[in-house]
Amino acid sequence: MGWRMIGNPFGWIQQQLMTLLTGWGLSQAWAAAVLSLVGAVILATVLLVSTFFLIWAERKLLARMQDRLGPNRVGPWGVFQTVADLVKLLGKEIVTPAGVDRFIYYLAPLLVVMSVVGIWAVIPLAPGVQGTALDVGVLYVVAVGAIGELGILMAGYSSNNKYALLGAFRAVAQLVSYEVPMVLVLLVPTILAGSMNLEVIVQQQSPMWFVLVAPLACLIFLITSLAENGRAPFDLLEAESELVAGFNTEYSALAFGMFYVAEFLHAFTAGAVIATLFLGGWRGPGAETYPILGFVYFLAKTLVMWFLSLWVRGTVPRIRIDQMLAFNWKVLTPLALAVLTTTALADKLALELGGNRLLTNLGANLVVALVTLAALRAYARAQRSKEESQRIGGLVTAAPVSRHH
Amino acid sequence: MTLLQLIFLAAAALTLGAAVMVVTTSRLVHAALWLILALAGVAVLFALLDAPFLAIVQVVVYIGAIAILIIFAAMLTRRVMQDSGRQTTRTWWLGLLAALLLFGGLVVLVLQVPGFQAAGGAAPDPQANLIDLGRSLVDVNAFILPFELASVLLLAALIGAMFVARPESRKPPGGKSGTPGGEA
Amino acid sequence: MIPLTWYLLLSAALLCIGIYGVLSRRNAVAILMGIELMLNAVNLNLVAFWRYLSPAVISGQVFAVMVFAVAASEAAVGLALIISIYRRRSTVVAEEIDLMKW
Repeated sequence: MGWRMIGNPFGWIQQQLMTLLTGWGLSQAWAAAVLSLVGAVILATVLLVSTFFLIWAERKLLARMQDRLGPNRVGPWGVFQTVADLVKLLGKEIVTPAGVDRFIYYLAPLLVVMSVVGIWAVIPLAPGVQGTALDVGVLYVVAVGAIGELGILMAGYSSNNKYALLGAFRAVAQLVSYEVPMVLVLLVPTILAGSMNLEVIVQQQSPMWFVLVAPLACLIFLITSLAENGRAPFDLLEAESELVAGFNTEYSALAFGMFYVAEFLHAFTAGAVIATLFLGGWRGPGAETYPILGFVYFLAKTLVMWFLSLWVRGTVPRIRIDQMLAFNWKVLTPLALAVLTTTALADKLALELGGNRLLTNLGANLVVALVTLAALRAYARAQRSKEESQRIGGLVTAAPVSRHH
Repeated sequence: MTLLQLIFLAAAALTLGAAVMVVTTSRLVHAALWLILALAGVAVLFALLDAPFLAIVQVVVYIGAIAILIIFAAMLTRRVMQDSGRQTTRTWWLGLLAALLLFGGLVVLVLQVPGFQAAGGAAPDPQANLIDLGRSLVDVNAFILPFELASVLLLAALIGAMFVARPESRKPPGGKSGTPGGEA
Repeated sequence: MIPLTWYLLLSAALLCIGIYGVLSRRNAVAILMGIELMLNAVNLNLVAFWRYLSPAVISGQVFAVMVFAVAASEAAVGLALIISIYRRRSTVVAEEIDLMKW
C-alpha cells in the first residue's frame, strides 16, 4: 500500500475522497461532481501560486542572459521578490479612471486569467490524471484562447482612452492573425494520433515523440504560441517603450497584476501544451507503473519548453506590426498549409503502403523545409539585388523607396 | 427536477435574458457583449444535446471570430452622441407584434405534434459521431458537394469582404512624374 | 429527461427575439446582431431534432456545420458592407441609408 500510494498519489487521494463522500450519503453522480469541483479549485490554486516561482525564475534567468544579477535582495537569491511585488500591488490604490465602463473594466482581467487557467483542464498531467477527458481537447485549447482575446478587447475599449483602444485593436489583430497557422498546425498531431483528445495524443507517442515525426509543425506551433502569448519578438502588444502600455494603460494595482500573472502563466501553459502535443506529455521510462514519475517527466518537459521561450525572449529584438503580420500571412500560413497537406498525404501513404511512418513523415517534413528555405533564399536574393540596383543607380528619387515587402 | 433539467433551465434563462438585452439595450458595444453571452449559452445547450464538437466550434467561430468582428464594427462606426439618440424605429411596436404572433403560432404548432413530447433515446457516442461527421463531409456518397460549396462560399466571402472594406487608394497629388514608389 | 418541446420552445423564443431585433432597431450593426440570434436559434433547432429524432444519422450535425459556415461568411460580408457605407455616408442608421446613388 505504501509504494502504491507514493507511486500513484492522485488515484489514492481520489479513492479516499470518493469513499468519504459516498460515506456521507451523496449519490455517485453528485460525489463525482463535487470531486471535480475540488480538483478544479486545487489545480487553479496551484497554478496561480506557482506563478510566484515562475516570475522570480524568469527575472533571474533573463537578468543572467543580459549580464546582470536580477533580484537578489529579498530572501536568498531574491526568492521572495515576487511576494514583495504582490504586497506592493495589493497595497496600491485601485484607481478607476473617470468615464470607464465599470463592469467591463473589471471583467476584462478576469476573462484573461480565466482563459489561461482554463487550458489546464484538458492537459493530461500524469497517466489517468486529466481534468476532463474532452474528445475535442485540441479545439478546446483554441476556443479558450479566443476568450482571452475578447478580454483584451474589452480591456482596451472600457478604458476610455484612445491609445488603449488602439493598443487593443493591434493586439487583437495580432492574436487573431496568428490563430490561423496555429489551428492548422494543431491538426498535425491530431492526424498523427487519430484523435483530438489530448490523452490519446500522449498515448500515441509511444514509439516516437511527435517532435521527431513532425518537426516543422512543432516549430510553427512554437512560433505561433510565442505570438499568441505576446512575448518577444512579438511583444508589441505591451511594449514597454512604445504605446505607453498598450491595452492595459489605465489599469492599476491588482487589476494590472492580473494581466501580468496571466501573461507569465500563459508562457508556462504554452510550454505545457507543446510538451503534451509534441514531446510526449508524461511519457517516459516507468511512467505507466508509477504515475508520479509521469508527472515529473511532464513538469520537466514543460520547464524545458518554457525556458526555450524565455531564451528567445532574451535574445531577439522586437519586430514591427507590419513585419509581424506580413510574416504571418506570407510565410507562416502557407507553410502551415503545406505542412498539413504533406503530413496528411505522407501519413496516409505510409499507413496504406505499409512503410515506416516515422521516416515517411520526416522525409516529407524535410522536403517542405528545403523548399521553403530555397524560396526564402531566392526572395532574399531578389530583394537584395533590387536594393543594390537602386542604390547603384544613384538616382535620388522624389518618392521614398518602398519598404513594403 | 434532475440535475440536467436544472442545467438546461439555467442555460435557457441565460440565453433568453442575454438575447432580450441584445435587442433592447441602447449602447451598441454592450449589445455586442450581451450577444457573446447569448452565444455562450447556446454553446452550453449544444453540449447538453450531446454535440460537444458543435459546442466548441460555436465558441471558436461565433465568439472567437464573428463576435469580435461585430465588436470591431461597432467600435469603428461610432459617432458621438449616437448612443443617446433613438435606438428603435418609429414602428417598433409592429415588430414586437409580429414577433409575438410568430412565437404564439410556433408554440401552438409545436405543442400539437405528439411525437415531440417523447424523451430522447440513448446518448450517442461523441467520439464515433466525430469520426462519422468527418467521414461524411468527404464521402462521395455523402456531403462532399455541400462541403466544397461551403469552402467556395467562404473564399468568396473572404475576397469580397477584403475588397469591399479596403481603404480607397489615394491618387498622387497633382501631376507628379516621379517614380511611383508610394503605396503598393 | 428533457423533453424535445423545451428545446423547440426555446429556439422559437430566440428566433422571435431575433426578429424583433431586426425589425425594430435603427443601427445596421444591431440588425446584424438580430440576424445572428436567428441563425443561432435555427442551429439549436437542427441539433435538437438531430439528437431526439435521428441520432444515428449524422446529417443533422452536418447541416449545423453548414449553417456555421454560411453565418460566418454572411457576417463578414455584412460587416464589410457596413464599414464601407460608414466611410461614404458616415452613418450606419438603416433609415438614413435610403439613396441608391446621390
